[in-house]
Amino acid sequence: MANDAPPRWDRRMQQRLARGEAAALAELYDRFASLVHNLAHRVLEDETAADRITREVFGYVWENPDAYDPQQGSLRAWIAMLTQRQAVHRLRTSQTAPADGDTLSTEALEERIREASVAARADYIVTSMPAPLRAALELAYFDRRDYRQAAAALGVTEDEARRRLRLGLQLLSTAHVQPPRAVSPPGYGRAL
Amino acid sequence: MSGRGGPDPYDDAYGESSGPGDGRDGPGRGGEPDLPSHPAGPPRIPPQRPAAEDSGHWPGALDGGIPAPRPPTADETPTAKRTPERGSERDSKLGPERGSERGPERGPERGSEPAADSEPESAPEPRPDPAAPGAEPEPAALGPEPEANPEPEPERPASVPPSPPPYTPPSPYAPPAAPLAAPTPSAPLPLPHDLLRSLLGAWALTACSQEETAAVEAHLNHCPSCAEEALRLRDAVGLLHTEHSLDLDPMLRSRVLAGCLGRRPARIPMPGWAGAYDAEAARLDALLRDMGEAEWRAPVRLKWFDGRRLTSRDTTVAGVIGHLMVVDGIVATSLGLPDPLGADAPGSPQARTEAYWHHEPGAAYGSGPPGAVRELWREQGHALVRTVSFAGRGVAELDVPYGDFALPIRDAFLDRALECWVHAGDIAEAIDYPYEPPASTHLKAMIDLCARLLPGTLAERRRAGLASPPRRLVEAGTPGRTLHLQVEGTGGGDWYIPLDSPAAMAAPEEAVATIALDQEAFYLLASGHVPPQEAAAGLSGDTEAIRDVLFAAASLSRL
Repeated sequence: MANDAPPRWDRRMQQRLARGEAAALAELYDRFASLVHNLAHRVLEDETAADRITREVFGYVWENPDAYDPQQGSLRAWIAMLTQRQAVHRLRTSQTAPADGDTLSTEALEERIREASVAARADYIVTSMPAPLRAALELAYFDRRDYRQAAAALGVTEDEARRRLRLGLQLLSTAHVQPPRAVSPPGYGRAL
Repeated sequence: MSGRGGPDPYDDAYGESSGPGDGRDGPGRGGEPDLPSHPAGPPRIPPQRPAAEDSGHWPGALDGGIPAPRPPTADETPTAKRTPERGSERDSKLGPERGSERGPERGPERGSEPAADSEPESAPEPRPDPAAPGAEPEPAALGPEPEANPEPEPERPASVPPSPPPYTPPSPYAPPAAPLAAPTPSAPLPLPHDLLRSLLGAWALTACSQEETAAVEAHLNHCPSCAEEALRLRDAVGLLHTEHSLDLDPMLRSRVLAGCLGRRPARIPMPGWAGAYDAEAARLDALLRDMGEAEWRAPVRLKWFDGRRLTSRDTTVAGVIGHLMVVDGIVATSLGLPDPLGADAPGSPQARTEAYWHHEPGAAYGSGPPGAVRELWREQGHALVRTVSFAGRGVAELDVPYGDFALPIRDAFLDRALECWVHAGDIAEAIDYPYEPPASTHLKAMIDLCARLLPGTLAERRRAGLASPPRRLVEAGTPGRTLHLQVEGTGGGDWYIPLDSPAAMAAPEEAVATIALDQEAFYLLASGHVPPQEAAAGLSGDTEAIRDVLFAAASLSRL
């Protein structure tokens, strides 16, 4: 689920990209391509469009590695934000000037954007939540352990395992809450 | 998010504060009975057992809102049908209802079977339902739950039409009254509120016992604040899978990277000959993504041609990755990178692999931490590519010793790319997952490597008495008898193999035989996956030359 990218990795990657290292670009792609593609696909619901966003986002990061500010958060979160912004921009553009006459209702459009934002926030929450919580969720969800097995695997009490699972999900459920600033004003989202 | 700072910042942060009115729900939530049809609503998770739903439906706004979780059952694993579709197939291997990637905007719909929310399917187990009519008066089920009292009785008849029939206890069991009085294993336990509440996370993840599941669900009927949280947490489970709803097209990688490099040329480019390794390692890595423990331990049969016959060796998926890692390690040490086997490690690929499997029995036999080797293999691969990128032109000719032979590093990278592809194919076959051939330029480079290695291998086989002696002596650098190797396919082409000596020159006009086969058949031949005499489709000319070259091609394979 999560890529455990420590901030050090992020900074080093930024330096390598800035230096123009093709090998770093390949590593960046391997780590984040599916995140980017999937977030774009959630918004645009189209394979080709998601491919295009993927090209644009990686192109932007490769050309502007200095635009990333490690103080503001992880590289992953930054890339997710770029993707989200670019995909929403593309969706709105395609809806105002539909090439194929296929338009969504305003509500459907906003709903899709909202869902995609929730997914992006959920990804952020999962990847930045405390490691003990994430480890417990991974054991229960991906490895299908029950909480007793998870407790044993983590070397904690069953009480603690239950607590972590509940707390982890509580954190994750906050992805549904629109933080006040996260509501994109109309037209927000420049092209990359 | 909060929770990155202090030593235990999450402790108590969300402790017991999640009552119904804590406002953390999105708009339209928490009171709407239409949740199941909502696109972002809770994943439709069919109940494993109709217990709580069938009989004691949840009151008020939550009625029908939260499908009961399905506790995972160990024995109902990968029998689900597999289609070669991307994304969906892997699901079935991970387990039937872990449905991770059904659709990009849905959460994990764990249920692959028809949702059973509405149908009171009869319970498969003969055990009496805790909340079935007869059981209802048992106050023990609700135990110390304070707010439990008001509803139970009047609710029942309203929404559950045919509750009684499924629960007629099978006759071999005790008289009807008795089992209901004694708490059966699955009857809701009289657990205290705090404990039930602490179970909500595990319940939402279907990570508690059946008894606990039943107890929680019984409790939710009567405790609005727990019910609200249960709904919210169940909904959050659907958010756990945010990544890779689909396998990415491997070709997208090369397109994206090429696009980037077109926009801003690399100042430190990757050598062209390293591209195949980089791409093949990334492809295999993508195949390994999301593998569960069971898949890491899935048996894999490695096959090769030992010079005389096909042979094989059984290991696991993790064992294969370990094998790739320690053989890649030969290239790593040539470049001055650390040896994954440590100092004093043996030199030949086979000895290194045996040493690794011996010291890491988990890798070969499936008891160690599965999948941990993936990270090591991948990190080393990245370091290899990075090192040769920085090393400058001269590095391409650096010799990499493979025990009894050596390859210049540019060929060693191709060899490793080919190994990566071959073993990715072995893994894909073992877990029944499709795997495509490499990009055509890479494939062509790999076939070219094989063609260049053939004359030397042929000579070696002659020395060992395994191939017929040369027909005539040819001076080095002069044309001699030649075999035309014709490989069909996007990565194919024509190669001319000197037959009499590696030092002789191949010349199309000296061709005495032709071997024509498609690239897939060539792959099977050169990887030692088919008997050499059965590999090729089109053969013409000198049969002895053909036989020698086919056997030499198969001999290129090794563990």
